[in-house]
Amino acid sequence: MKVYSILRLALACLLLHTTIVLAEEAQPLEANQAIEVQVQRLSEELRCLVCQNQTLADSHADLALDLKREIREMATKGMSDKEIVDYLVERYGDFVRYRPPLKSSTVLLWVGPFGLLLAGGVGLFLQLRRRQTMTTDAPLSAEEARKVSELLDKES
Amino acid sequence: MIPEIGHFALILALLVSLVLGTLPIIGAASGNAVWMGLARPAARAQFLLIAVAFVCLAYAFAAMDYSVMYVAANSNSKLPIQFRIAAVWGGHEGSLLLWAMILSIWTVAVSLFSKHLPDDMRARILGVMGLVSVGFLLFMLMVSNPFERLIPAALDGRDLNPLLQDPGMIFHPPMLYMGYVGFSVAFAFSIAALLGGQLDAAWARWSRPWTTLAWVFLTLGIMAGSNWAYYELGWGGWWFWDAVENASFMPWLVGTALIHSLAVTEKRGSFKAWTVLLAICAFSLSLLGTFLVRSGVLTSVHAFATDPRRGLFILAFLVVVIGGSLALFAWRAPTIGRGGKFSVISRESFLLANNVLLAVAAISVLLGTLYPLFLDALGFGKISVGPPYFDSVFAPLMAPALFLMGIGPIARWKNASLPELAKRLRWAFGVSIATAIILPLLLGNLTPMIGLGLFLAVWVFATTANLVYQRLRGSDQALITRIKSTPRSWWGMVAAHLGIAVFTVGVTIVKGYESEIAVRMAPGDVAHLAGFDFTFVGVDEIQGPNYSASRGQLRVTKNGVERTVLTSEKRLYTVTNMPMTEAGISPAVIHDLYASLGEPLTDGAWSVRIYHKPMVEWIWFGCLMMGFGGILALSDRRYRIKKRSKDEALANEAVA
Repeated sequence: MKVYSILRLALACLLLHTTIVLAEEAQPLEANQAIEVQVQRLSEELRCLVCQNQTLADSHADLALDLKREIREMATKGMSDKEIVDYLVERYGDFVRYRPPLKSSTVLLWVGPFGLLLAGGVGLFLQLRRRQTMTTDAPLSAEEARKVSELLDKES
Repeated sequence: MIPEIGHFALILALLVSLVLGTLPIIGAASGNAVWMGLARPAARAQFLLIAVAFVCLAYAFAAMDYSVMYVAANSNSKLPIQFRIAAVWGGHEGSLLLWAMILSIWTVAVSLFSKHLPDDMRARILGVMGLVSVGFLLFMLMVSNPFERLIPAALDGRDLNPLLQDPGMIFHPPMLYMGYVGFSVAFAFSIAALLGGQLDAAWARWSRPWTTLAWVFLTLGIMAGSNWAYYELGWGGWWFWDAVENASFMPWLVGTALIHSLAVTEKRGSFKAWTVLLAICAFSLSLLGTFLVRSGVLTSVHAFATDPRRGLFILAFLVVVIGGSLALFAWRAPTIGRGGKFSVISRESFLLANNVLLAVAAISVLLGTLYPLFLDALGFGKISVGPPYFDSVFAPLMAPALFLMGIGPIARWKNASLPELAKRLRWAFGVSIATAIILPLLLGNLTPMIGLGLFLAVWVFATTANLVYQRLRGSDQALITRIKSTPRSWWGMVAAHLGIAVFTVGVTIVKGYESEIAVRMAPGDVAHLAGFDFTFVGVDEIQGPNYSASRGQLRVTKNGVERTVLTSEKRLYTVTNMPMTEAGISPAVIHDLYASLGEPLTDGAWSVRIYHKPMVEWIWFGCLMMGFGGILALSDRRYRIKKRSKDEALANEAVA
C-alpha cells in the first residue's frame, strides 16, 4: 500500500514536471486499525463524564482522552465490547452509557415509544371505524353549506 | 442610565401586556367594542416598549458597560462588535428578552394583518398573546432581569462562550425563536376559537399561513443550528440529540403535524379538535423547550434546586399555560363538530395516520429527554439517554411516516381504493426497491439501514414524480399554463416533500459511507482518504481579536491535480482560556472534505483528523427545500386574492 502510494505520487510529480521533495506518508496515530475501529465504536456509545453532554468520541477533554486510552488498552488485551462496557459501568454506573440498559427502571423508556405507536395505531383505527358509524351525512351538508357560504363571502 | 431606561421600559411593557391580556378578552366576552379595540394599540405599544428595552441592552453591550451584570458575564472588550451584539442572546436573561421581543413582533404582525378578522376574534387572539407575554415579562422582572447592575462594576467582561463566537450565533437563535415563538400565533388562534366557540374552516384558513410561516422559520433555524454544529464542533456531526436540539425538534414535529392537520380542517372541515390540540401542544412544547434549556434543569436536577425561585416560577407558568389551555380544550372540545365524512382508506385517514406517527415521535423525543431527569429526581440513579437510544427509537417511527408520505398526496379525499393506489404506485415501489438494493451494492456496502433509507428516499421521489406527472398530463393546455394554473401551495407541498427525500438521501449516504482517518502529520507528509491525497503544508501562528490560533493547511490533490486547500485552526480564546477547533471544509454536492487540526506532537508534527462526508450537504439542502416549500405555500394566490379583494373593497368604499 505504502509503496504503491509513493509510486503513484512520484508518477504524478513526473507527469506534472514538478520538482517537489518526495513526501513522507503520514502515519496513523494508532497503529492497530482493527482496535481503533472497536475504540471508535465504543466511544460513540459512551459518555464523557465531565462534559456537558458529549460522547467520548466527540470530546477532547482530558478525562475523555484518558478514558479512551483505557478503552484502547482493554481492547488491545482482547476484551470484547461487552466486557469493556461492563467494566466501565461497574466503575462509573449506567451514567456512562448513552444507550441505557433495559431494566426495571428503564422499561418505560424503551417500551414507551412503541407502546404509544401501538396505542396510537389501534386508537386511530377504532376512531376511524367509529366515525363511519356515527357520522351521518346531515351535519356534513350543513357544515359544508356554512363553509361554502363563508368562503364565498370571503372571496366575493 | 441607559440600562435603567431599558428596565423601566420592561416594567411599562408588563403593564401594557396586562392590559392587552385582560381587557380585550373581557370585552370580547361582554361585547364591549371599546375594550376590544384596545387590543391593537396595546399590541403596538408593547412592541415599542420591549424594543426599547432590547435596544438598551444591545447598547449596554456595544458600549461595554460592565456595570451591568449580564453584560459583564457574556462579553469582553476584545470581543468583536457583531458578537457583542449577538451576545445579547448569549445567556439566560438575554435570550428571554429575545423571546419576549419576538413574541411582541408576532403580536404586532397579527395586529397589522388581521383587518379581515371579526373584532372579537382579533381581540381574543391578541389578548391571549398578551397573556403569554405577561408570563415572560414577569419572569424576567422577578427572577432574571438582564439589566441587573453589578456594583462595583467589573473592569472587563468574562467573555462570550467561544463556542458561540461564530456568525451562526447571529442568525440561528433569532431564526429559531421566530419559529417556536411563532407557534404562539397558532396557539392564540386556537384558544381564541375555543373561547369564542368559532371553530370552523375560516378559522383554519386564517391560522394556516401564520403556522406555515412559523414552521418555515423553525425549519430554517434548526437547519442553521445543525450546520453550525457541523463546522464548529470539529468532527463533522450534524445532529447530537442533545436536549437543546430536542427542545427545538419537538415543536417542529408537532408543528409539521399541525400544518397537515390544518390543511384537512380547512379543506374538509374534519379533525378540528385534533388540530386545536396540536396547536396547543406545539406551543406548549416550545414553552417547555425554552424552559428546559433555560432553567439549567438539564445539566443537573440540582442546578434547578440551587435557584428554586426560577424553577418554581417556570413550573408554575408551565402548569398555568399548558394546564389551563388543556382544561379549556377538554371543556370546549365536545362542542366541536366532527366535519365531513370519510372512509378508512382516504387522504384524511393517511394524513391522520401521519399525524399520529409525528405525535408519537415527538412524545418519544420528550420521553428520552425527560427520562433521566425523572429517574434522577426520583432517586433511581443517573442514566444517560443519547444518540444510540434516539437513533434506534426514531428510525422505526419515521420509516412508516415517510412511506405514508408517498401515498397520502395521491390518495383521494373522502374515499380512496387500496387496489387503485397499489396499481398507481407499483412502479414507484419497484423502482424504490431496486434502487435500494442495487445502489448500495454498487457503492460497496449494503446494510439494512442503508437499504431502508434509500428505499424511503427514492419512494418519496418516485411517488412525488408520479403525483406531478398525473397532475400535469392529459390536457390540451400548454404545459406552462398547466404548471401556472396549479396552486402554489400544491407546489409548496411538492417542494417540501422532495426536501424530505433529499434530506433522507443525505442522512443515509453520510451515515453509511463516511470515512475518516486520524494521522500524525509533519509538514510535507501525505495522507490518503477516499481517493484524495492530503499534503500537510504546515502550521503558522496567527492572532485573532480575542484569541491566538495555530492555522494548519492541507493541500488536497486527486491524481496529482490540485483540488482545494483545507484550512483548519486550533484557537485558544485568551479570556476564557478555552480551546476551539475551526474545521477546514470543502463543501460540494457529492461530498465534503473536512479536516480538523488536533494537537501538536513532537518534531513539528500535528495530529490531524480528516473526514470524507459523502452527500452531507444534502441534509441542509433538503431543509432549505422544505423551507422554500413553505414560502411557496405562503405565496399562494388564495392569500393574495383575499388581499386584492380587500383592496378593491376599500377602493369601492372610497368611491362610494
